[in-house]
Amino acid sequence: MRNLDKILAIVWKDLLTEVRSRELVVGMLVFAMLTIVTFNFAFDLTGIERAPSGAGALWVAFIFASLLGLGRAVAMERDKGSFDGLLLVPVDRGMIYLGKLLGNVIFISAVQLVTIPVFGALFDLPVYQPMLFLILFLGTLGIAGLGTLFSIMAASTRAREVMLPVLLFPLALPVVISTVRATTLVLTDRTEALMQWINLLAAFDVIFLTISFLVFDRVVED
Amino acid sequence: MSPDGRFGGSATGKILAIGTGVTMLIAIYMMFLYAPQDTMQGPVQRVFYLHLPLAWIAYLAFFIVFVASIAYLIKRNRRWDQLARSSAEVGLVFTTLVIITGSIWGRPIWGTFWEWDARLTTTLILWFIYLGYFMVRAYVSDQERAMRYAAVVGIIGFIDVPIIHMSVRWWRTLHPEPIVTQSGGPAMPDSMLYTLGVSLVAFTLFFGYLVYQKLLIEQAKDQVADHNLAVADREADEAREHSAKGATA
Repeated sequence: MRNLDKILAIVWKDLLTEVRSRELVVGMLVFAMLTIVTFNFAFDLTGIERAPSGAGALWVAFIFASLLGLGRAVAMERDKGSFDGLLLVPVDRGMIYLGKLLGNVIFISAVQLVTIPVFGALFDLPVYQPMLFLILFLGTLGIAGLGTLFSIMAASTRAREVMLPVLLFPLALPVVISTVRATTLVLTDRTEALMQWINLLAAFDVIFLTISFLVFDRVVED
Repeated sequence: MSPDGRFGGSATGKILAIGTGVTMLIAIYMMFLYAPQDTMQGPVQRVFYLHLPLAWIAYLAFFIVFVASIAYLIKRNRRWDQLARSSAEVGLVFTTLVIITGSIWGRPIWGTFWEWDARLTTTLILWFIYLGYFMVRAYVSDQERAMRYAAVVGIIGFIDVPIIHMSVRWWRTLHPEPIVTQSGGPAMPDSMLYTLGVSLVAFTLFFGYLVYQKLLIEQAKDQVADHNLAVADREADEAREHSAKGATA
């Protein structure tokens, strides 16, 4: 339980910072909403085919918002020098990774919880389904899992705003494909092939959370 | 670089260079003159003798990057990083050639340069991953940190490839099914298979030669960087001593 306390302490610190500064979630939320509204002009989101296009638009919005939030979260830590402080704390580096990951998952999920009802209302799609929330959770975990690692790496490169998407987009492609497909299947009520995608998502999450957890120590040393 | 200062001057370099030259000539003869014309696809099928070895060796290159990256993160020996970056660079070039040769074949056979099929999409994503690998190196100022970051991308990138492939394959597929490794033996005449085999040997040697040369260049680069760093340190020390003397006098 000691480890869990350490992780929760890091999460608590990030939540408290966010509640006081309100720099992350509001920005991510507005950005996600604007992306969906803009996609309305790119695709036809009113016809019968709106479920596949809508699912794509929704996930592109979430991924863009996540990139924004992940980059911003690290930038804030760096500006205040608090990440160096965090690294000096005598806890296992893996716990720091899990703490930061959990914080990022909470922030992205908060954005999703507000965006989903708006999305459902704007495009008249049945979004209140337990399966959809499972997909959202697994997808968020996958993106945040790699994203937490890469955002910290990107922060100490010269082109930090560029490096995060360049690293995260190709490597998180399985998450994009499987969440978009699974979301489409849920929205159109075709559940026969759904488990295949959910399993792929879960496998991706397990593999990349494990690797990120293992290599995090090597990324942040110094 | 060899002691006499010529690239490829060492025995390994020479063997690889001569081996590549000889087998590549035989492979070119076989793929254009010895191998029979494909009755369905015509002459364009011959690009397959380039395409398949390039693709296999690109994967081999990234596998070497993967292993060398793990070894670097554990051992922290710069030699592993030198091997990883040499292999990654040749792998990236070969992947580019795989995409180009595939497009040359795809235009007359499929009627289009590009299809969003599983293997093509995976290869393109693979290309982007290793482009990112080199961007990480280029944008990190501290050399040691650049090596660590690149190793992380090299490991995650390689493990991701089968998952990306599976996800895109479930999406849709059009690429010809594997005809060499399928069960019940390859579905092509022996002469085509021999041509492919020789081509594979030629490209493997070529790959070995390129990585070997690249490794020598990277080692030389690191030596120069070390030397420059040492000179800069010494000059800084001398300047400090000089100003200290000036102050006492």
